[in-house]
Amino acid sequence: MSVITYRQALRDTLRAEMHRDENVFLLGEEIGVFEGSYKITEGLLKEFGERRVRDTPIAEEGFVGAAIGAAMLGLRPVVEIMTINFSLIAIDQIINHAAKIYGMFGGQTSVPMVIRTPGGGGQQLGATHSQNIELFYSFIPGLKVLAPSTPAEAASMLRAAIRDDDPVLFLENLGLYNTKGEVPDGDESVAEIGRAAVTREGTDITLIGYSRMAMVAGQVAEKLAAEGISVEVVDLRSLRPLDRDTIVESVRKTGCAVVAEDDWLTYGIGAEIAASIQEGAFDYLDAPVRRVAMAEVPMPYAKPLETAALPSIDSITTAVKETLSAVGRRVG
Amino acid sequence: MSEIYMPRLSDTMEEGVISSWVKKVGDKVAPGDVLVEIETDKAVMEYEAYEEGFLVKQSVSEGETVPIGAVIGVIGDSPDAVPDESGSGDAAPAQEEAPAEEQPKAEEKAEPSAATGPADGAPRPRSSPLARRLAREYGLNLDDIEGSGPKGRIVRADIEAAAKKQSASAPAQQEAPREQPKAPAPQAAPQEKYDDGRDSEEVPVNNVRKVIARRLLQSKQEVPHFYLRRTIDAEALKAFRAEVNERLADTGVKISFNDLIVKAVATTLRRHPAVNSSWVDDRLLRHGRINVGVAVAVDAGLVVPVLHDTDKTPLSEISTKTKELAAKARDGKLKPQEMSGGTFSVSNLGMFGVDSFAAVINPPEAAILAVGAMKQEAVVRDGEIVARNTIALELSVDHRAVDGAVGAAFLKDLAETLEEPMRIIL
Repeated sequence: MSVITYRQALRDTLRAEMHRDENVFLLGEEIGVFEGSYKITEGLLKEFGERRVRDTPIAEEGFVGAAIGAAMLGLRPVVEIMTINFSLIAIDQIINHAAKIYGMFGGQTSVPMVIRTPGGGGQQLGATHSQNIELFYSFIPGLKVLAPSTPAEAASMLRAAIRDDDPVLFLENLGLYNTKGEVPDGDESVAEIGRAAVTREGTDITLIGYSRMAMVAGQVAEKLAAEGISVEVVDLRSLRPLDRDTIVESVRKTGCAVVAEDDWLTYGIGAEIAASIQEGAFDYLDAPVRRVAMAEVPMPYAKPLETAALPSIDSITTAVKETLSAVGRRVG
Repeated sequence: MSEIYMPRLSDTMEEGVISSWVKKVGDKVAPGDVLVEIETDKAVMEYEAYEEGFLVKQSVSEGETVPIGAVIGVIGDSPDAVPDESGSGDAAPAQEEAPAEEQPKAEEKAEPSAATGPADGAPRPRSSPLARRLAREYGLNLDDIEGSGPKGRIVRADIEAAAKKQSASAPAQQEAPREQPKAPAPQAAPQEKYDDGRDSEEVPVNNVRKVIARRLLQSKQEVPHFYLRRTIDAEALKAFRAEVNERLADTGVKISFNDLIVKAVATTLRRHPAVNSSWVDDRLLRHGRINVGVAVAVDAGLVVPVLHDTDKTPLSEISTKTKELAAKARDGKLKPQEMSGGTFSVSNLGMFGVDSFAAVINPPEAAILAVGAMKQEAVVRDGEIVARNTIALELSVDHRAVDGAVGAAFLKDLAETLEEPMRIIL
C-alpha cells in the first residue's frame, strides 16, 4: 500500500494500460513534449514515443473526431481535453458521433475511446475555464460518464474506462490532482461502471456527492462525527449510468439527504438525484432533500468571490444541520 | 360464493355504517331483497341483493363503520356454505395486510384510514412521508400527534415518541418490532373526559354532523357572502293563506307560510334566472330547473330535502311533499336524490320567534333565503302609524355568481310577490 496523489494514480494507470495493450494510445494538446498542462502524461512520450503519445493542434473537434475514427477501426484512444470547458468545441463529435455511432449503424462498430478532462473551479481561472458542465454529457444516452474522487478510484475507474467498449467521458477535477490517498501496490482492480459507493457509513443523514464534492462530503462527515452526528456519505462515482439503488437504499435507512454539487443548482446533477430519491424513497423521507451547489453566476475571478460562489465544508455543514433540525435533531 | 361490498350510495359518501341487517345468516336471498340498511353521510338506505343464494356471513356487525369497498357480507350457494376466510376479511382494501387472526372487537373499530388523515375531508396535519408511513404501521392517528418539525410538521421522532407512549400504556404490545410492525397496534380508548379546565366530554359525532361541519366550513371559507335584508308587509299573505286553506279544508291539506314563501321563491326565480345559478370551478352555471331546498332540523342535524321543479309544482303538492320529506328526514330515511340537485334554499326559523338572521349558503347554490317570524310591527302607512303583520327576509348571496343589484332586484320582486300573493300562483 502506498500513498500517492490523484495525478500520480492517473499517470501510473495510463502507463500500465499502455504496456498491457499496444492499441492504447494518447492524444491531446501539449501532452507530449510539454508532458501535459497538469502533468498527467509526464514521461510517457519518452517511454512510448510519438506514435503512441501524440501532440495535437489546438483543434478539439479535429482530434476528438480523429480519436473516434481510430476507435472505430480497433484502437483504444485516450484523449486528453485540457479542461472540460474546451470540450464545448468538440461537443458535436462527442454527442452526435461518439455517442451515436454504435446505435445508429446497427452495432457494426463500437467506439472504445476515453475522453479524460478536468472540471472544477477554485483556481482563479475565470468564468470560461472554471465550469462544471459534466451534466451535458451525463444527459446523453450512448455515453458513460465517470467521476472518481480518490486516487484509488481514479486508477480502478480509468482501467475500467479504457477497457470498456463504449465512449467514456472521464471527469477529473483541478482541485483533486494534488490530493493524496492510499492505492494498493500492484493493484489491478477494474471498477464496475455504474456503481456508486457508500464511502462512509452513518445513520442520521445521507450526504451525496461526486468528484471533488465526494471528497468534501467526507470531510463534512468527519467534522460532524466529532459533534456526535452520524453522516452516511455516498460517492456517486458514475454519473451515467446512475446507481439509483445505492442512493435510495441509503436514504431509506437515514430518512433524509443533502446533495453537494460543484455545478449550478438549477437543472443540475443534484436535481436528478433529488428526483430519484423521491421516486425511490418517498415513504422514507422525513424532510425535503436539500441541494448545495454553486452560486447561479458565471464564476467570478476575484478570489473572495470565487470562494463564496463555490459550495464549501461550511455551507454543506449548515445544510446538513438544518435538515437534521427539521427532523427533530437539535444540533448546534 | 360472492362478496358484498360497502356500496357508494352518494357522491359525498366515503364510509357507511351498517344500520341493521335485514337478512340473517342462513336466510335465502333473491335479487331485489333488502339485505341490509346502511347509514351514509346523508341517510339510512336499504341495500338490495343483486343475486340469488343464501347470506352465509355478515362480515360487519350492526353499528360498525367501514369504508366504501370493504366486504360487508358473503352470499353463498347453500345456507351452510363456508365463506373463504382469506378473501372476506373485514379489513378495508386499502389496508396492506389482512389480520392474521380474529382481532379483538375494539380493534375492528379502528379507522383503517386514520393515519392518512380524517376521512371527512378536514385538512390533514403537515407531516413527512416517513412519518405518515410509520403512523400507518403503528396504527397512530396523525390528528393526535403534535409535530416538532418546521411549521409543526410531524416527523419520525414525533411518531416514535407517540408509539413509545402508546406501548407503555399497552404492555402487551411492547414486543412489537420497532421498524416494521405488521399489525396495527390497538388504538387508545377514546378519551371520555378532557382535562381542559372546562369539564368537557367528547360527544360521538354522526356522519350527518360531519357533513354539516365540512360543507358549511367550505361555504364560509370559499363563498364570498353578501346579505340583503327586507321586511315585507304580511297582511295580504295572511289573508291569502286563510282563504286558500278554507278552500282546501275538505282535502286535509293545510298550506303554511313557509309553503307560500317556497312557492313565491320558485315563481320569482323563474323571472330572475341569474339567481338560479352556481359558481363551480371558475365557471358560472345557470340552471334550467328550479329546485328549492327546505332546511329541516332533525335530531341528527340539519338536512335540506329538495323539492324538484318547485316552480311547476302546485302549492298544495308543495305542502304535502314538504311534510312528507320532513317526516322522512326525521326518520333518517331520505334518499340521496331527495337531498341533491337543489338550486336555492329556504331556511325558516320563524317558529322560534327569531326576528331575522343571516343563513349560510348551501354550496353550490348561489343564494339562501332566511325567513324570520311573522310579528306585528308599528309601521307608517300614508303618514299614520299602524300595526301591521310583517316578516323579515334576509337573502345571503354568493357574490361570485350574483352581483348586489341582481340579488336586490330578485329580493324586491320576491317581496312584492309576497305582498300581492295572487302573483305566487300565477
